[in-house]
Amino acid sequence: MNIHRVNQATPGASLGIASVTSWRGKLRAVFLRSEAIRGYTLLSPTLVVMMFGMCAPFAIMVAVSFWTQHAFDFDTTFTLGRYQDVIDKPIYMALMLRSLAISGACTVVTVLLAYPMAYYVAFHVHRHKLIWIILMTLPFWTSYLLRVFAWKVILGFNGVINSGLKGLGLIEQPLEFLLYSPTAVVITLAHAWAAFAILPIYVSLEKIDRSLLEAATDLGDGPVKRFLGVTLPLSLPGIIAATLLIFIPTVGDYVTPALVGGPSGIMLANNIQAQFGKVNDWPMGAALAMAMMITVAVISVVYIWVTRKAAGRIV
Amino acid sequence: MGDAQGGGANRMREVSYIERSNRPLHVYALMYLAFLYIPVLFLPLFSFNDAVYAAFPLKGFTTKWYEQMLASEPMFAALTNSIKVGATTALLATVLGIFGAKAVTRYRMPGKQPVVFVIMLPLVIPGIILGVALLILVTRLGINLSLYTVTLGHILISVPFAMATLIPRFEGFDKSMEEASADLGANAWSTFWRVTLPMVFPGVLASYLLCFTISFDEFIMAFFLAGTDPTLPIFIWGQLRFPLLLPRVLALGACILAVSFVLVFIAQWLARPGAIRSLDSRP
Amino acid sequence: MSNNDAFIILTGVSKHFGPVVAVDDINLTISGGEFFSLLGPSGCGKTTLLRMLAGFESPTSGEIFIDDAPMSEVPPYQRPTNMVFQNYAIFPHLNVRANIGYGLRYDKLSKAELDRRIDESLEMVKLPGFGTRRSEELSGGQRQRVALARALVKRPKVLLLDEPLGALDKKLREEMQLELRALQESVGITFIFVTHDQEEALTLSDRVAVMARGKALQVASPQQLYNCPVSIEVADFIGQMNFIDARVIEVEGERAVLEARGLGRVRAVASADFVRQGAQVVVAVRPEKLSLSYESSSDGRCSVQGEMKTAAYLGDRSHIYVTVDGCEKPLSVAAQEVESSSGQPIERGSEVWISWADESLVLLPVA
Ligand SMILES: Nc1ncnc2c1ncn2[C@@H]1O[C@H](COP(=O)(O)OP(=O)(O)OP(=O)(O)O)[C@@H](O)[C@H]1O
Ligand SMILES: [Mg+2]
Repeated sequence: MNIHRVNQATPGASLGIASVTSWRGKLRAVFLRSEAIRGYTLLSPTLVVMMFGMCAPFAIMVAVSFWTQHAFDFDTTFTLGRYQDVIDKPIYMALMLRSLAISGACTVVTVLLAYPMAYYVAFHVHRHKLIWIILMTLPFWTSYLLRVFAWKVILGFNGVINSGLKGLGLIEQPLEFLLYSPTAVVITLAHAWAAFAILPIYVSLEKIDRSLLEAATDLGDGPVKRFLGVTLPLSLPGIIAATLLIFIPTVGDYVTPALVGGPSGIMLANNIQAQFGKVNDWPMGAALAMAMMITVAVISVVYIWVTRKAAGRIV
Repeated sequence: MGDAQGGGANRMREVSYIERSNRPLHVYALMYLAFLYIPVLFLPLFSFNDAVYAAFPLKGFTTKWYEQMLASEPMFAALTNSIKVGATTALLATVLGIFGAKAVTRYRMPGKQPVVFVIMLPLVIPGIILGVALLILVTRLGINLSLYTVTLGHILISVPFAMATLIPRFEGFDKSMEEASADLGANAWSTFWRVTLPMVFPGVLASYLLCFTISFDEFIMAFFLAGTDPTLPIFIWGQLRFPLLLPRVLALGACILAVSFVLVFIAQWLARPGAIRSLDSRP
Repeated sequence: MSNNDAFIILTGVSKHFGPVVAVDDINLTISGGEFFSLLGPSGCGKTTLLRMLAGFESPTSGEIFIDDAPMSEVPPYQRPTNMVFQNYAIFPHLNVRANIGYGLRYDKLSKAELDRRIDESLEMVKLPGFGTRRSEELSGGQRQRVALARALVKRPKVLLLDEPLGALDKKLREEMQLELRALQESVGITFIFVTHDQEEALTLSDRVAVMARGKALQVASPQQLYNCPVSIEVADFIGQMNFIDARVIEVEGERAVLEARGLGRVRAVASADFVRQGAQVVVAVRPEKLSLSYESSSDGRCSVQGEMKTAAYLGDRSHIYVTVDGCEKPLSVAAQEVESSSGQPIERGSEVWISWADESLVLLPVA
């Protein structure tokens, strides 16, 4: 039955054809043979643009953060002076801590508010689910600036809430804490970033196998126990993703504090923006941006590590 | 009464125990939607109010803010700039997104995960950091700030969204369609035009609309990267300093919101998961 | 065609997916106009082998020749092969005509010629008048025909079919089998057909390669496969067989005498050189090559006594399981009707005799 043994002689002659093909053909053969090479060739335009678009600016920003500003030029001798300033000058530390606190508060509020909503759509919406999802995420796609501006209109000294309450005779004086305060920033951000919380949580809830919940019920869990014991731990990846997706960008937000924050709601990003604007100290701005990025990265990594640990213990 | 109960029982039977309705949650959901939409709706509301200040009680209906807005030359200049930047950004980001999505979904590549992570990174980098970093780069390279630099920045933040929109589309149709095309004699180029593109077209359109909207509404990067030609959000930012111009901004904002809502709704609808099912050829 | 006897040649073809060896050192020769099947259990590498022929995967090592040309540098769209995909891959955005005409665009035909070819192929697969339908308006069987027409209209030298009948119900499948075979004979090109259904492979093919774990275990005609499998694995995969351990007592020319467990001394054809004096071998015999009776055989056939255990009714025949002293497993015997020569039905527990002809025993190496 060993037909193939006999046949091996036949292609020997044909192999000669293969060996005389040009190096171009060989190159083409390697190209055809390696799926990875073809994949990366196709990916290369995107990858090159994104790599260049991010690496080059970051590299030069790191460089600038070690320089010194002289009027409209840079002194390019290496110095850690700007980073020294970040640590030594209380204003920067205070702004950094406030940014982290406001972002943290906003993240917690946003996730807490969004979770029941995501839960509702995942478990209790049966028809027109897509419409609900679009409805929940639609505002996110509209102008960020306009949404923040809308809150300024609402929370303002003479804004919707104050004028409305006064019109109803509920208050005499406008409520001053509404606008130009950290509270205003948190409320506005919670509104602006809602979609970033709802979507990941919704996806993780939707993925939960319904039979797991039925099993928990079958084994005697009431609704609350079932939620705490099964639903919540299984949706943890969504919560973690949502937290990071909100916390990281909001630390660097400066539109919201500038429009509704007032002096007490000013954040680090506003200062960075000023360094590139009227203060005109780009190295200081670059150093602050670096400090912000490093802090956020460290916090994120620690957060992921801690939640992984904690999740490991629960599940 | 009996009827109503029968209906209720029926509804109970349609959904499983876990998914049966929960009234407090339903109320909460409606309140949350209100929280999402009402603030935004105040812009159009006050844009028709016959008063300079956006405050209750409403003073009367007027369209004069819209007339003033439409008479503003700089506004139209900024609008034109924004459309130019948005259209270019959307085109380039979508093309890059198609390359990326096709490569990521169709080839086995070592190191795919980290590469995708890098491409998606702008999603989580604070806009101000990317903005100032690009500003430094561009000025160090001696390039003048212009609409081109804004477009560059916008492409960086749009590509992740283009990829995120297109990848499910590519995953949604079977690789064997492209193989069948190659098998029948089409090379990679003509397979792309004759099979791949028609099949992912709704996703491409969705990606284009989303990227356009992102760019059109983007403020932070444009703030750092725009030269003397403002985009629309920068124009609005400038107007916010003058309280008397506020109603015009409200009118403009209302228009922008309306357009964004429509575009995004179309985009989301095109990109919906069910859109793939209608193209699915499996028996 | 320069070399019709060795139209397709695979030399040492392997395919690795990371640690997985999907195809392992396959050497094959397929002649022009042959209906060749790849048969094997799920995951044995049939699809991978077919996809290497089509050019969608490239071999990790080895070379494929079609019509004397090496294929490693030829992309799928330039190969003289066309494929019928397992899920048919009918383009959903095109109608039936456009699907069938899809590949003809590259053949630079006139419009009239194009239309004629499409009509012809619609006729061929018995779908005239279906040209304007879209893929979602077709049944499974119709899609299968469109996929077939789309591939054949390109007039390939080799048609590759990946379980094309897998998605069809049994009746339609049998119909399509006949049509496929008729079609292959009329167009006269090589068909390479992947299936995991041994009946299908045996019915349709000129030759079959039985695969397992990426290797080709045996390449032979259906009759040879059925009557002379080369290993227990092949024998087990093709139909049902009884296996009995045995030891070779002596070999004289073509004849071997063996001591088989439970059967005692038996004679068989010494088919290969592993049948040496003193060697341990396995005696294999098909259930239908055994016959059952109440009396010891008188016509010179070998026979052994056993006790009837159970019967499995299979419609057109029954398998009767008979325990024989010394045999590990009961022997399975095929019988048209379960009755003895005297007309009485055989009952459980009855003493029966099993007999066979020497030529029906196949000797296999121990696994
Ligand atoms: N793209 C791939 N990546 C990794 N492993 C693969 C890939 N394609 C196939 N394999 C592996 O190669 C082996 C052979 O797969 P193949 O699809 O050829 O089997 P098959 O004989 O066609 O099976 P079936 O009858 O189920 O279709 C399997 O173990 C499979 O898991
Ligand atoms: Mg297969």
